[in-house]
Amino acid sequence: MSMLVTQEPYLRQTQVDPEPPPVLVSGPVAWIRAHLLSSPLNIAMTVVTLYLSYLIFTPLIKFALIDAVWTGQDREACLAGPGGEVGACWAYVRAKLSYFTYGSYPWDLRWRVDIFFALTAIGVVWMLWLDAPRRSLGAFYFFIIYPIVSFILLSGWNAIGLSTVDTSLWGGILVTIIVSIVGIVFSLPFGVLLALGRRSALPAIRLASIIFIEVIRGVPLITVLFMANTMLPLFLPGNMTPDRLLRPLVGVAIFAAAYMAEVVRGGLQAIPKGQYEGAMSLGLGYWTMMRLVVLPQALRIVIPGIVNVFIALFKDTTLVSIVGIFDLLRTVEATLTDPTWSTPTTRFSGYAFAAVFYFIFCFGMSRYSLAIERRFARGHKR
Amino acid sequence: MATATAAQTSASLKPTPLKGEVAVEMIDVHKWYGEFHVLRDINLKVTRGERIVICGPSGSGKSTMIRCINRLEEHQRGSIVVDGIELTNDLKRIDEVRRDVGMVFQHFNLFPHLTILENCTLAPIWVRKMPKKQAEEVAMHYLTRVKIPEQANKYPGQLSGGQQQRVAIARSLCMNPKIMLFDEPTSALDPEMVKEVLDTMVGLAEEGMTMLCVTHEMGFARQVANRVIFMDAGQIVEMNTPNEFFANPQHERTKLFLSQILH
Repeated sequence: MSMLVTQEPYLRQTQVDPEPPPVLVSGPVAWIRAHLLSSPLNIAMTVVTLYLSYLIFTPLIKFALIDAVWTGQDREACLAGPGGEVGACWAYVRAKLSYFTYGSYPWDLRWRVDIFFALTAIGVVWMLWLDAPRRSLGAFYFFIIYPIVSFILLSGWNAIGLSTVDTSLWGGILVTIIVSIVGIVFSLPFGVLLALGRRSALPAIRLASIIFIEVIRGVPLITVLFMANTMLPLFLPGNMTPDRLLRPLVGVAIFAAAYMAEVVRGGLQAIPKGQYEGAMSLGLGYWTMMRLVVLPQALRIVIPGIVNVFIALFKDTTLVSIVGIFDLLRTVEATLTDPTWSTPTTRFSGYAFAAVFYFIFCFGMSRYSLAIERRFARGHKR
Repeated sequence: MATATAAQTSASLKPTPLKGEVAVEMIDVHKWYGEFHVLRDINLKVTRGERIVICGPSGSGKSTMIRCINRLEEHQRGSIVVDGIELTNDLKRIDEVRRDVGMVFQHFNLFPHLTILENCTLAPIWVRKMPKKQAEEVAMHYLTRVKIPEQANKYPGQLSGGQQQRVAIARSLCMNPKIMLFDEPTSALDPEMVKEVLDTMVGLAEEGMTMLCVTHEMGFARQVANRVIFMDAGQIVEMNTPNEFFANPQHERTKLFLSQILH
């Protein structure tokens, strides 16, 4: 029973050169077989999913596209659809689109809002397109020029011949965009400051940050909006009454800032101690270290969380209607009582329009953040 | 104009002399982590141009001791004077000391979101207020010296451990430090990369840099150290010239330690 084999000494004589991998079975058919039909259970699941999709999407498409009414002057058009059945009444949305966009902004002055939308688009694209030319000029435009010009343009300035428009006339997409941009632009820097404050070594700053964050987070947004609406005038001296659009703006911004602070804090905690020590050993002061070493890394880690807050904020702007601001959703609701367009499907059509509007923006933010993440991941693996 | 810049650059590359003969002086230094007495009765005087190697078992307080020298750790009793500046809670003095004391860490602590060149120019630009162009010249000078100028535009994650540690040394040198602290610079490296880092450190020593190194590279200690310090349980147990230290250790604890690490 001498099964024991003596191991021969070994010395490699030839170098093995790298070869390409064997050709894998690929293509759509292979993909379907591997992912949808790999086992009896998988086949059953695929069939059930297809059937459910059929049940859900056929009536939806039929209602929203096939049976829908696209043109018409009043409710008559939407009462009897072409196929006998009544679909979505897009004619109503078309007729009210201008109101959804501008609210009660005076008819002859709506070109000012159009310019504002154009200025916004320029600024947003300039900021979001990371390879855009002259980005520092873009930042100057977006954070300095754009807000001032927009403010003068929208509220008017009699001295230069722009008649004033009271903010109570602003509405619709205009207001939704303003509240969202102000919330997004203010919540990030304030959130960062609050997060740094919460991790500060100074007890007074730490305590103040914790109280602010926890109080705001512990209260529903509606409450914050009511408080901003009724209490902000009380905090300000004497006869100063903040504009009624400004109050919910402040409310939304501080609410988002409190959530942002916790997201950023998560990023700060993920930065290893060695990064701080490396920076400190080079003599960098606190703010330089945070700005150039810690925050760029921390914010990159929490991009999904930051965008999550932005998306939530964008949708939460609908709550400003509770304090009497006519945002997009509120303008849609206001038109539902209009007897000219009173049909069984008006309500659905209006809300569907709002839903599509919000979805396009939120989905856009989500895709943009994914692209940014991929871009940063490509640059520097740790 | 160009020559003036060049002259300025080469002038700024010369090591600034220390103010006095004494680079670092620690007198009766004690430190506690909560209840744990981590540094006890540390007395150490390092003169200009001296190379000190510190060894000892893990947890003996060697890293903590050199981290006290640039105030990454705070001491609770005694005094530490670095190049004539006493370390207190005064943030201005701490920054002053940190500007002139370079430190190299076990895990490199390079900034992963910045390129090698940006890692090296960050502190000169923002702390020394050096113009960007000049900072880049200085950085390339030191990157050439640690023999990796061709990696300047890569990110730290794309380099090997040995290369990263050499970048870390270059990054410290860009601040033109008077004193260099090394906290186990080769402990996290693959065996094949230890030599390239040690060679860089030997080069520095030969130029007269004042150095304090926590390391277990005994060959390095023999080659460049003026004094070797052995620490245990937060105390300096033995301090001697390398020849005497290795050939004729006095303390029982030192003998035991050396018998464990020298096979």
